[in-house]
Amino acid sequence: MLHIDLADQYRRGSSRVHRLDPRVKLAGAVLFIVVASALPAGAWGAYGLLFAATLVVAALTGLGAGFALKRSFVALPFALAAISLPFTVAGRPLAQFGPLVVSVEGTVRFASILIKSWLSVQMAIVMTFTTAFPDLLWGLRALRLPPALVAIVSFMYRYLFVLADEALRLMRARASRSGAGAPGRRAGGSLWWRGKVAGGMVGNLTLRAFERSERIHASMTARGFQGEIRMLATPVLTDRDWNALVGWVTFLAMTALIGFVF
Amino acid sequence: MPIAVEVQDLHFKYPDGHGALFGVSLRIETGERVALVGPNGAGKSTLMLHLNGILQGEGAVRVAGRALGNGNLGQVRATVGLVFQDPDDQLFSPTVYEDVAFGPLHMGLALDEVRQRSQAALKAVGMEAYGPRVSHHLSVGEKKRIAIATVLSMDAQILVLDEPTAGLDPRARRGIINLLRGLPQTILASTHDLILVRELFPRMVIMDQGRVVADGPTTRFLADQALLEAHGLELP
Repeated sequence: MLHIDLADQYRRGSSRVHRLDPRVKLAGAVLFIVVASALPAGAWGAYGLLFAATLVVAALTGLGAGFALKRSFVALPFALAAISLPFTVAGRPLAQFGPLVVSVEGTVRFASILIKSWLSVQMAIVMTFTTAFPDLLWGLRALRLPPALVAIVSFMYRYLFVLADEALRLMRARASRSGAGAPGRRAGGSLWWRGKVAGGMVGNLTLRAFERSERIHASMTARGFQGEIRMLATPVLTDRDWNALVGWVTFLAMTALIGFVF
Repeated sequence: MPIAVEVQDLHFKYPDGHGALFGVSLRIETGERVALVGPNGAGKSTLMLHLNGILQGEGAVRVAGRALGNGNLGQVRATVGLVFQDPDDQLFSPTVYEDVAFGPLHMGLALDEVRQRSQAALKAVGMEAYGPRVSHHLSVGEKKRIAIATVLSMDAQILVLDEPTAGLDPRARRGIINLLRGLPQTILASTHDLILVRELFPRMVIMDQGRVVADGPTTRFLADQALLEAHGLELP
């Protein structure tokens, strides 16, 4: 089979975290990220608590405490957007490189942003690794995200694979016809040629995606779709879900309090 | 019993001006099984898209005794189950179950009934265990079966199948043939698979260049080499 297995993050499991209702996990992760980003700079104690929470949750998933930790470093390059802070925030000088002065205040703010984004990414990773994507979509719908938005994400998830498979076939077709002419000559033509071929492929894929979208719409219409996306039943939250949610919110509220007061 | 499908002098041009159907007439009795054959570009798929009003050309289309019009498209679509050639077009939901439930759900049925029909449809195609699966990871044969389940769940009385066995390996093809053989519905299927036609469809309609050029018993047509060759068909 011609398949690209695009990062389907979900890892099967039956831990307590896996079994939580997707709505609870979504709301919990979003609240965590909101609290983490709202905390003031230099609230080290609160950061420590949040970090401990990510470790505990990761351990509960059965994937291992280091699981999310290892994968969370993908977020670091994005924190580089804040790299200018130590130089631009006025304050007590910490070090000097030629005309550039590093301030203590700026460094604290930079480190805080780094830690907060890193913590947020860890929580998001734990959520996506313990919730199957269809459940996640269902959770988003159940939490009253606009149906059109969720439908877009849902179609993207479904057809990203199909489109990637098509792209893979095109690439293979190009590679198969990129023979080397004489010995010593490079296979596949000049950079310009390859650029042209790649441009053609992108256009080709766009057209195919466009045509496919029309066929999908026809197939939806054929099954009674009239513009309104309907949803299957919403199960009731269990006691365990409520306990987890209430406990989590309480913990986050206390952490926020500690961060702002101390 | 009303006539399942009645098409009279149907003409259709695509928006780019390219004509696809030039006066097609067709009558299918309830319970009949009819194969629609002919070369690529003959207008088979275009005709099928007219049977539930996705395309609307000039001419009369009647389904189960009802003239197709904008007022009754909902009912007609619940009656005619259209299964597209590429199951990736038919299965657009995150999970198999959601896809099978899509039709009944959007017909406005109660959730209990949606669930009951979806399970029954998955069972009818032998895919009960596949509900929570993600369609991308299934084989083409499995996807085709589920695509059929997506219209069985709507309780469609007339199945319109576009190339049900295209792209399948022999075992998956055999599975689909056995599945179709056991279905009680009226079936109109377009195909290039003449062995399938011989096995399942006593009546054959040959289309070429947007017209019906022959309509009659399969046994007679399959013995008529000249007719088959004239329309690019070939018995293996």
